[in-house]
Amino acid sequence: MKEILAELERRRTEAWLGGGGKRIEAQHKRGKLTARERIEVFLDEHSFEEIDIYVEHRCTDFGMADTKFPGDGVIIGSGTVNGRTVYVFAKDFTVFGGSLSETHAAKIVKLQEMALRNRAPIIGLFDAGGARIQEGVAALGGYGEVFQRNVLASGVIPQISVIMGPCAGGDVYSPAMTDFIFMVRDTSYMFVTGPDVVKTVTNEIVTSEELGGASVHTTKSSVSDGAYENDVEALLQMRRLIDFLPVNNKADLPEIETSDDPNRVELSLDSLIPENPNKPYDMKELILKTVDEGDFFEIQANHAKNILIGFARMEGRTVGIVANQPMVLAGVLDIDASKKAARFVRFCDCFNIPIVTFVDVPGFLPGTAQEYGGLIKHGAKLLFAYAEATVPKVTVITRKAYGGAYDVMSSKHLRGDFNYAWPTAEIAVMGAKGAVEILYRSELGDAEKIAARTAEYQRRFANPFVAAERGYIDDVIKPHATRSRIARALRLLRNKHLENPWKKHDNIPL
Amino acid sequence: MFKKILIANRGEIACRVIKTARKMGIATVAVYSDADRDAVHVEMADEAVHIGPPQAAQSYLLADKIIEACKATGAEAVHPGYGFLSERASFCRALKDEGIVFIGPNPRAIEAMGDKIESKKFANAAEVSTVPGYLGVIEDAEHAVKIANEIGYPVMIKASAGGGGKGMRIAWNDAECREGFQLSKNEAAASFGDDRVFVEKFIVDPRHIEIQVLGDKHGNVIYLGERECSIQRRNQKVIEEAPSPLLDEATRKKMGEQAVALAKAVDYDSAGTVEFVADQNKNFYFLEMNTRLQVEHPVTELVTGVDLVEQMIRVAYGEKLALTQGDVKLTGWAVESRIYAEDPFRNFLPSIGRLTRYRPPEEGTDGDITVRNDTGVVEGGEISMYYDPMIAKLVTHAPTRLEAIEAQADALDAFVIDGIQHNIPFLTSLMGHERWKSGKLSTGFIKEEYPDGFAGNVPHAEDRKLLASVALSMEILRKDRLDDLPGRLRPHPGTLREDWVVKIDGDHVPVTVPSGFVGMPLEFEVMFEGDAEPATVSTRFQPGDLLWSGDIGETAITVQVRPIIGGWELRYRGATSIAKVFSPRTAALDALMPIKAPPDTSKYLLCPMPGLVISIDVAEGEEIKAGATLAVVEAMKMQNVLRAERDGKVKAIKAKPGDSLAVDAVIIEFE
Repeated sequence: MKEILAELERRRTEAWLGGGGKRIEAQHKRGKLTARERIEVFLDEHSFEEIDIYVEHRCTDFGMADTKFPGDGVIIGSGTVNGRTVYVFAKDFTVFGGSLSETHAAKIVKLQEMALRNRAPIIGLFDAGGARIQEGVAALGGYGEVFQRNVLASGVIPQISVIMGPCAGGDVYSPAMTDFIFMVRDTSYMFVTGPDVVKTVTNEIVTSEELGGASVHTTKSSVSDGAYENDVEALLQMRRLIDFLPVNNKADLPEIETSDDPNRVELSLDSLIPENPNKPYDMKELILKTVDEGDFFEIQANHAKNILIGFARMEGRTVGIVANQPMVLAGVLDIDASKKAARFVRFCDCFNIPIVTFVDVPGFLPGTAQEYGGLIKHGAKLLFAYAEATVPKVTVITRKAYGGAYDVMSSKHLRGDFNYAWPTAEIAVMGAKGAVEILYRSELGDAEKIAARTAEYQRRFANPFVAAERGYIDDVIKPHATRSRIARALRLLRNKHLENPWKKHDNIPL
Repeated sequence: MFKKILIANRGEIACRVIKTARKMGIATVAVYSDADRDAVHVEMADEAVHIGPPQAAQSYLLADKIIEACKATGAEAVHPGYGFLSERASFCRALKDEGIVFIGPNPRAIEAMGDKIESKKFANAAEVSTVPGYLGVIEDAEHAVKIANEIGYPVMIKASAGGGGKGMRIAWNDAECREGFQLSKNEAAASFGDDRVFVEKFIVDPRHIEIQVLGDKHGNVIYLGERECSIQRRNQKVIEEAPSPLLDEATRKKMGEQAVALAKAVDYDSAGTVEFVADQNKNFYFLEMNTRLQVEHPVTELVTGVDLVEQMIRVAYGEKLALTQGDVKLTGWAVESRIYAEDPFRNFLPSIGRLTRYRPPEEGTDGDITVRNDTGVVEGGEISMYYDPMIAKLVTHAPTRLEAIEAQADALDAFVIDGIQHNIPFLTSLMGHERWKSGKLSTGFIKEEYPDGFAGNVPHAEDRKLLASVALSMEILRKDRLDDLPGRLRPHPGTLREDWVVKIDGDHVPVTVPSGFVGMPLEFEVMFEGDAEPATVSTRFQPGDLLWSGDIGETAITVQVRPIIGGWELRYRGATSIAKVFSPRTAALDALMPIKAPPDTSKYLLCPMPGLVISIDVAEGEEIKAGATLAVVEAMKMQNVLRAERDGKVKAIKAKPGDSLAVDAVIIEFE
């Protein structure tokens, strides 16, 4: 018996070493942690329950029969984050460069099925070289199986991907189907085809970083939802994100104790809106002063900065925040902003997270670039997402709510539950200047007349009361009371029940 | 007494005057420009009158507008504050013509003291000590030596027509004096075409000490002790105190009596200040007289208990001074810091914008300690480019100088300002400076002690322990709450891990919580390597608070805490530290993480302030010379020309006219 136990110990020790000391050292030299170390940082101490540690590949081609490592390049199992169950897999770059074999894929699929069956979030840590070429089509089949599980789990359990090294070819599509992708700066990159292929096909010369580094994907492509300085920071922030999320689409919202008074008054918000309507202000100040403890987990902070999205808490319970940002492009809705916010609204709706929307929007961005790019359909995504969402929706219009963009931003007409406006709100088809130029085209030569007309339009429509008279706005509130009004609205909406007609699924304009 | 007065000023001093007027039951009228529509002084006053656009020259400096406002509101008197119209004799006369009382001295006194030469004449006549020197023409080197010996070394030999340091020599003995005379003369001839030179006493390590005087319209003048304002940056006062650590009772009396003599010589009938320069041996010489309420008057008020604004109003109304010289007693010590909207880390560049957070320390008296904050702004207010960048004057009073300094440091630690850059880190650093604490001051203090500017303090070992304990306590609070999340697999274990690592400014500091137990409100013990016994940490801090206040062992501290990704930014005693709390295992793995060097920005032209690109004046591939105009960026209606720092070639242009850029955004990349 003693020897049998010793054998177990030997096998375990061997498996824990992954690709061996040299490769571990090389991994550290690159500024990266090993798969096991990453799991250690991510999970509660000693909570990791590993499975399939002894799985090995079954490939015999190209001399592979002689090189086997227990685990086969991916580590899977479950554990806890602040006591709540999560499933995690981590690609082990020290074993075959983390490449995906049939058995490797089977391990991930097994974990995906467990996570879905047990209705707990799943997190994938990527650091791998793509398909294991020696295995050929078997590896491709493996990818397909993983993709299928991603889709089935979508909207049922939160799925998060963290890119912590190379992620290319077939490897990129599993993360792409998860809810969030985060990256590590300087040590991770993601692309479908690498620089060599790019050069052959298009003659473009680019580095991996330029093609798919964290800065590209967090600013230009919006593939990534955020980037962190290093592995440790990224993993600890994933813990923070998990704390905001319900574990599945039927679970309660996580609720934590807070001593932040829901009726906290922020007098300085009364002077947030500048006197000059064309002067920007920072919408983030409003968010930070409204939510619990100023704690805001921003998503896609560096992409489409004209709209802000992220998680926060009110009275200890998670909310999703969507807000136009007047500091960037006057907070206009364009293609990128619409897509960014639409996907976030749908995530919140999937997991029953109430949505708080702050509106200061001058409209949709005009121009050929936008129209040729399909602004109509992309803008429609946000409209669609808000309209189909059945979660509690609380909206505060701080300043401009012009034209179609007014409708889009969680308006009363899209089943907004509580729609508030600050006294500085202007709910109108357009700004006074533009309106007068259309209405009084014949008087355009007469500056004095136009000024008078503009002032008249301004008086009539540049306020929230016209909309409030119609009930489009439930109440006009004082800026300093924003927190308490939102908190009370959300409290009233805790048992909201609203269902859309049965359908197989909707047909959002993708 | 007056029924209603108008305050012809803005900001903190307007608020200051309104407070006293209100206490005296006098109604107040504020005036404001477009930029001050929502300002605090407007809010505080009983009435407010709009007087024009933001530029002071078109609003606060227009005597006619002020007089109009007085007439419109029926104000009987005007308090001018400091700056603006406070020392304009013509304004006093204009008021008088309209039957409005000027709350300040008579115009003849203002005129006499406003003129450098005239004021010296009055000073000499009143036997006030002035800087010894010989104003006549010096014939030759021997004559210069003779005069120098009469004055006493060191002396300064200066070109009569001089300026800018040219033709100026300092001599410490006869030989240097002979040589200096010749050099000075030659340089003066070459530079100014006028070889006349004069000799005056050179004051080594001068100190700025001023006497507060108070007079009435009945010929009474008293002095209310001195203030020392030697801590200056580019002739701008930064810290003031009363009394001065230099003076003894005899010198104080001598200075006070001379100041009173001078004031009497011009029939001075309000609050005023006689400024002296003093050497380290308590020799003092008259500089000038300021015929107004000084910015730094609160330190005098705190050590004398006299409300100077009240006295000014009473004497202006014609009352006799109720105080005699014998009534003036100096009690304790007061220190004042001027809080400016300027970035100490960027060579004190002015900083403007919205005060997203403005939480001054609590005012009032607690035991021996008094905290007073004279301010004219509130949270959400705007620091504009139009006026003086002073946000507040923080004053502390305590029985001794060191206690007042310590109280000032504590109060500065608790002063939260966000949204703009400010000099509090620098002020807190000054408060901890050993030379400042020892009182060995001179007007060169800042230049001598911070020769390369200010880069922030580095917390010393003991402070780091305190900061590590603060960070740990916040992490424990955070974890404790998360341990109660619904849906947990395991119940809360009820105990706390013992071993922690706090990463502070890049260093991993192990900390032990020996009891493994936490009490609420938060209380636990910490032990650092080398500690003989644990210290108890206790605080009522709650997540979201801007200040962490509590006790760590014997030390009561207040630290400003701002959450950042994965940790906190802590500000304490002029130092800003980054703290993150890890388990030992995570800390060990964190130690493997690469240290990333900040990006080399010498290859870039970065936008120095948030602004709008007006023009890009170079093209890609263009060779440029140092000093060439690269781009123009407009910020707050000011066009800033950005020039090349060195020769180079433009590699890429990353911005175009019309772009709105954030600070440090890349405009141009060089090869």
